[in-house]
Amino acid sequence: MNSQLLLTAFWTIVVKEVRRFTRIWAQTLLPPAITMTLYFIIFGNLIGSRIGDMGGFDYMEYIVPGLIMMSVITNSYGNVVSSFFGTKFQHNIEELLVAPVPNWVILAGYVIGGMARGLAVGLIVTALSLFFTNLQIHHLGVTVSIVLLTSTVFALGGFINAVFANTFDDISIIPTFVLTPLTYLGGVFYSIELLPDFWQGVSQLNPILYMVNTFRYGILGVSDINVGFAFAMIIGFIVVLAGFSLHLLNIGKGIRS
Amino acid sequence: MTLALSIDNLRKTYDNGFEALKGISLEVKEGDFFALLGPNGAGKSTTLGIVSSLVNKSDGKVRVFGHDIDTHLTSAKLCLGVVPQEFNFNPFEKVFDIVVTQAGYYGIGRKRASERAEFYLRKLGLWEKRDVRARMLSGGMKRRLMIARALVHDPKMLILDEPTAGVDIELRRSMWEFLREINAAGTTIILTTHYLEEAESLCRNIAIIDHGRIIQNSTMKSLLAKLNMETFVLDLEQDIDSVPELDGYSVRLTDPHTLEVDVEKSKGLNPIFSQLSAMGYTVASMRNKANRLEELFVSLVDKNL
Repeated sequence: MNSQLLLTAFWTIVVKEVRRFTRIWAQTLLPPAITMTLYFIIFGNLIGSRIGDMGGFDYMEYIVPGLIMMSVITNSYGNVVSSFFGTKFQHNIEELLVAPVPNWVILAGYVIGGMARGLAVGLIVTALSLFFTNLQIHHLGVTVSIVLLTSTVFALGGFINAVFANTFDDISIIPTFVLTPLTYLGGVFYSIELLPDFWQGVSQLNPILYMVNTFRYGILGVSDINVGFAFAMIIGFIVVLAGFSLHLLNIGKGIRS
Repeated sequence: MTLALSIDNLRKTYDNGFEALKGISLEVKEGDFFALLGPNGAGKSTTLGIVSSLVNKSDGKVRVFGHDIDTHLTSAKLCLGVVPQEFNFNPFEKVFDIVVTQAGYYGIGRKRASERAEFYLRKLGLWEKRDVRARMLSGGMKRRLMIARALVHDPKMLILDEPTAGVDIELRRSMWEFLREINAAGTTIILTTHYLEEAESLCRNIAIIDHGRIIQNSTMKSLLAKLNMETFVLDLEQDIDSVPELDGYSVRLTDPHTLEVDVEKSKGLNPIFSQLSAMGYTVASMRNKANRLEELFVSLVDKNL
């Protein structure tokens, strides 16, 4: 296939993915908007006003970047894992497998679809946050690039989860038992400076801490970690996860007998 | 003559150790209407799955219009349209979107894809249902949707894995007409079916696969010529008490006015009528007891057990 045909195939997958999550907006776009609004009201307004400052900012300002990033992470992951597993489960992955679409185009299409939902939800949550705080962006380049890179990492993660999943339980285990704890312990609600040294060290093993703090740096200009190291680590994750995902597609893991 | 499909010593052993294909070889000529028959679990769907890249082969060579699927998979895929046995579209998508999306996977732009989708949906009587979600269609409509989807990129070869399963007779015959039409227009068709009447009516060449091996591969005509004996059912106008003696024929009485007569090819039917007439019986109607291909199929598969 020449590049024009590849682009058409890629765009077809992306449009299909975007159409899927917008068609079921009440399941995909509305719940995070409601949940995050509740976080803003309860943690930001009600409890936050009693907590006082965190990292030199009032508590609401401090948690908004973390909550936006949390939405991007869970939705980028959730979109790809549910969509690709559903495609596998209903066998309509065969529509793609019989067509002359290279595996890297299939992967890119699903990842961009996942990023689209992650970014759409991120924008909705950002817009809602403006009702509660005055959001200033300290460094636009860092803010935008870290969101794009983070959603890529988790879209790839969702893809790998979907490839290995055999049942609907398998697509909820990782988000429930791995992703959610890591996100909550990834500095969304607090600065790791509040933790004893030992737990600060443990927290630094959590990759989500680097993503949340780099995004917070982009918006507020403060971070618990080295931003340059965070970018290098995230790019490293993308290379490894993309390579592994392509390998799984090439051998037909979970999709070809 | 160009070969549309060439399979050489194809083997498939699944992860659980089941050997589905034990080295089959097969050739289908361009423009052919080819039947691949066999009992359940014989290896038909595995063979077609390998040709259409849904199943990984263990060994052997497959070429589609000369394109080796190991080295020129993209070119091979461009030549193929696949209608699988099970419904495999997204049931929540609209009929029109399913067909247009499939065209997009082949690199066909939205405008052209929409035109082709309209052409095939009209052709297959689904245009009125274009905005209906696929899950709302009847079984026959779902089958036709899969055919429209498989044809949207105008493939040179169409693979149909039991396309008329669960489809009523009227619809089945209209699908046969459609398939004859696209075959006459140059599309090579490979068909698996459990309706042997369908294979006999449509296909020019046939392979029978059983236990992962090809046990018969010939033209439909030469295969049917092998049939020595046919059984005819004769409905008599008069009631009959006992089995009449017909010289040179084996006769059974199935009810008081119905006879079953085994007829060897060399003997013909006239002596039956003259002998019955001499006995005072009138034959009201007559029919072949079984589909001819069905008889051959059963005898070939039985021999292979």
